[in-house]
Amino acid sequence: MSSGFALGDSLRRVGAILLRHGYLARSSWIRVFDLMYWPLLQMIIWGFINTFLASQSSWVLRAGGLFIGAVLLWDLLVRGQFGMTLSLLEEMWSRNFANLFVAPLRPAEYAVALMALSIIRSLIGVVPAALLAIPLFAYSIFEMGLPLVAFYAVLAMTGWAVGLLMCAMLIRFGLAAESFAWASIFLLAPICGVYYPVATLPGWLQAVAWTLPPTHVFEGMRALVMDGTFRGDLMVSAIAINLLYLGGSLAVFLFGFRRARERGQLLQTGE
Amino acid sequence: MPHSGPVIEVNGLAKHFKTVTAVDGVSFAIPGGQITGLLGGNGAGKTTTISMLLGLLVPSAGQIRVFGEDMLRHRYRVLPRVNFSSPYVDLPHRLTVRENLMVFAGLYSLRRPGERIAELAGALELTELLSRKTGSLSSGQKTRVALAKALLNRPELLLLDEPTASLDPDTADWVRTYLERYARETHASILLASHNMAEVERLCADVLMMKTGKIVDRGAPTALIARYGRRTLEDVFLDIARDRRSNEAAP
Repeated sequence: MSSGFALGDSLRRVGAILLRHGYLARSSWIRVFDLMYWPLLQMIIWGFINTFLASQSSWVLRAGGLFIGAVLLWDLLVRGQFGMTLSLLEEMWSRNFANLFVAPLRPAEYAVALMALSIIRSLIGVVPAALLAIPLFAYSIFEMGLPLVAFYAVLAMTGWAVGLLMCAMLIRFGLAAESFAWASIFLLAPICGVYYPVATLPGWLQAVAWTLPPTHVFEGMRALVMDGTFRGDLMVSAIAINLLYLGGSLAVFLFGFRRARERGQLLQTGE
Repeated sequence: MPHSGPVIEVNGLAKHFKTVTAVDGVSFAIPGGQITGLLGGNGAGKTTTISMLLGLLVPSAGQIRVFGEDMLRHRYRVLPRVNFSSPYVDLPHRLTVRENLMVFAGLYSLRRPGERIAELAGALELTELLSRKTGSLSSGQKTRVALAKALLNRPELLLLDEPTASLDPDTADWVRTYLERYARETHASILLASHNMAEVERLCADVLMMKTGKIVDRGAPTALIARYGRRTLEDVFLDIARDRRSNEAAP
């Protein structure tokens, strides 16, 4: 057994956290269904809205399944963040947190495991909805091709950044912060232009919107769908902003962890 | 890495939570290869002390060295050689016993986890329970599973917080017998926090008596009993809890 830092051991510990959640998912189909439920429901609602508006507006008709694409991308972001906080909450609910951190699991390794779980959970949540949109509304988000990968990468990073902040809050404040951990991401929805162009917002709010990486994705998606243009510049700026936020969030996560160790909250993760 | 000095060395250890002082400048050293008791009533500071020894809690003041390593600076060098069990910490209920042990085997980077789990399952009479959900087990079975988790990495130092709390006498006796055998066979050090006097008297070669965050006395159970002129460790505990010295203790 190694007593210092070794990459192999570090990967084993990250793998152990993934294994723990894999076992949990295998033992609880309701948890897996829960991941898919809201994306499916959202896709169906916005699919019908899209169908109705397309019959009323030539702009929407020309845009194809614009709203379905928007809601699927939005759900990738939301499920990405939830994927992190839910994984942490599972440990708090099961009072397992202290066991994890008396093992040689480092906070940064735990953060990496949470990020990986965020990707897995968001894909399990959204891919079925995206596949179902093809027969239901004759819309395939996969027709976006490679730009979809760029959109997803940006949204996953933002999900990690928000997720790490929420995890820091949960570690620091315990389950009292649970409601906020669920609701916080929705603060971005009206600002980052999920369903309407950023130009719709008042000028001062547009400036705020452009500081949010998802804004770049949704504007980029509209450019792709409406004009057939992939705005690489938007993706580059989004990734740059994301790296900034991600670095900040990781620092807050590690700081929150440190504060929790000062206050004894790793042993008592209740309210 | 072998370490010849005390397994645990604590100097001036203190923990303050706002206006509450949970641990108040304690100093002690624990030699290797023996079971040491940390005895005290509720709120005496036992769990806080153990949490600091594990690095779950950062001290307000003082130093902790485990295996000669500064626990605040080199926690991750120490943790692979240590483990912990407490009735106040659970293993995930929805996972089977085997799944839980596999996860912790991964966290401790065990190379052949299946073999180790089978070995522990045999020793702790868990073989029949490996496929059961942890949440479906009785308290006694859960305690044995928690002990298996705590022994996965063959710890040289085992910290146990009230290991037999809420167990029936038969199961509690079984656990104590197992711990005695483990310490004897592996020469591991065990720090046992408890307010079960009979348990401490039976298992521990040395006892640290805690009260209101301080270590107020220390010695082998027989030495403490003799010093206070009492017949049992429980009587000694009551004398300390009620601020009675041996010469003024009630008959």
